[in-house]
Amino acid sequence: MSTSGNVVAMKKVVQQLRFEANIDRVKVSQAAAELQQFCIQNALQDPLLTGVSSSTNPFRTQKLCSFV
Amino acid sequence: MCDQTFVAITFGPCDSCSQNKPLMNIYLQNEPVNYCSLCVELMACQGLAKGETVSTLRAESENLKAKLEEERAKLHDVELHQVAEKVETLGQFVIKTRRTLKGHGNKVLCMDWCRDKRRMVSSSQVIMRSAAVCVLQEHAVTMPCTWVMACAYAPSGCVIACGGLDNKCSVYPLSLDKNENLAAKKKSVAMHTNYLSACSFTNSDMQLLTSSGDGTCALWDVESGQLLQSFHGHSADVLSLDLAPSETGNTFVSGGCDKKANVWDMRSGQNIQSFETHESDINSVKYYPSGDAFATGSDDATCRLYDLRADREVAIYSKESIIFGASSVDFSLSGRLLFAGYNDYNINVWDVLKGTRVAILFGHENRVSTVRVSPDGTAFCSGSWDNTLDFNPV
Repeated sequence: MSTSGNVVAMKKVVQQLRFEANIDRVKVSQAAAELQQFCIQNALQDPLLTGVSSSTNPFRTQKLCSFV
Repeated sequence: MCDQTFVAITFGPCDSCSQNKPLMNIYLQNEPVNYCSLCVELMACQGLAKGETVSTLRAESENLKAKLEEERAKLHDVELHQVAEKVETLGQFVIKTRRTLKGHGNKVLCMDWCRDKRRMVSSSQVIMRSAAVCVLQEHAVTMPCTWVMACAYAPSGCVIACGGLDNKCSVYPLSLDKNENLAAKKKSVAMHTNYLSACSFTNSDMQLLTSSGDGTCALWDVESGQLLQSFHGHSADVLSLDLAPSETGNTFVSGGCDKKANVWDMRSGQNIQSFETHESDINSVKYYPSGDAFATGSDDATCRLYDLRADREVAIYSKESIIFGASSVDFSLSGRLLFAGYNDYNINVWDVLKGTRVAILFGHENRVSTVRVSPDGTAFCSGSWDNTLDFNPV
């Protein structure tokens, strides 16, 4: 019982590895360039990077706070 | 050994011998089949007859693993921080104001932002609260179990899911009436055989994705509580999961105590990619905003970035002076900054491209358990075992 259980488990492992070995990959240089491009393109829309003027900051200190 | 038995038992006609018996749901060449246990045994023995023994399969799996590493190494022509050398260095990272939200009776274990960017839900050992920032509006719900380890807001903002040591994930509808007893409307959706470590709604209020200490992740239909798909592949507790950001995306990533981060296809249940370079438990996983990469935080005191198309780790964020594990990670909107909360009570902010640390944020008096950036990117919130939530707007 345990031997055949091991075989089934090992077969699954081998199948999974075969699947993973066959996927398409790109070079790190290309992947890294695309990550970098995404960062740069979106940098201006990132308030934590660029800061935000107080008129548009939704979390600026309010003078009036209501307790519900 | 962790408890991994998570089997949905069905009873019916076997696909192979047609007798009515308890069935095992297995996959043969990516096709789901229902065989009775006798037929599974026979099938396994047939495998043996063709000359495959455990040792030949083991040898083949070692070969395949080596081949996988070779293929990945071939494409490793450069490091991310080398590519990023020409990018402008970031200016000093300044957080101007911070509001500390006290009021949890106990450790804050996790939190989530609502998509309306104003509300958050946080959990602690006993109570779950949702607090609107600026307008204090609280719902306190007492949970029947002691540790609530996972909580999530539904996309509509009308419903909250949470769970923990009770092995379940329950869903609570929110109402504006503070006096309404929310616990009475609770609905149990997910059932695992060990603690619930993370939960997340998919793109709608209708489906819930969970991960558990039983080593599996699962996708549930909220309305009926039915298990739609289960994900097997981790060999130890799964601690964290994150859904791919795209609207049409059907993948998610999970990280666990087996040091592996796995990427899954939600529809088929297939494990698409697997990454094992961490040296200890992975506590937190988070997708990069473009969906092409994800970051992990681990007990080995490092955070790492894995690119999905290059199929490998492309950056490590670590320093010799950082020796405590990272419990939670999140990206800023553009993906340039990585916020990571650590067990040494600090939050380190990393420049994702250059691999350098941009800032250390102090302020907590105990472990940082969760760090989340708001959906519009204007603030981030950190929860800690010191019973507070620190809210840091820009």
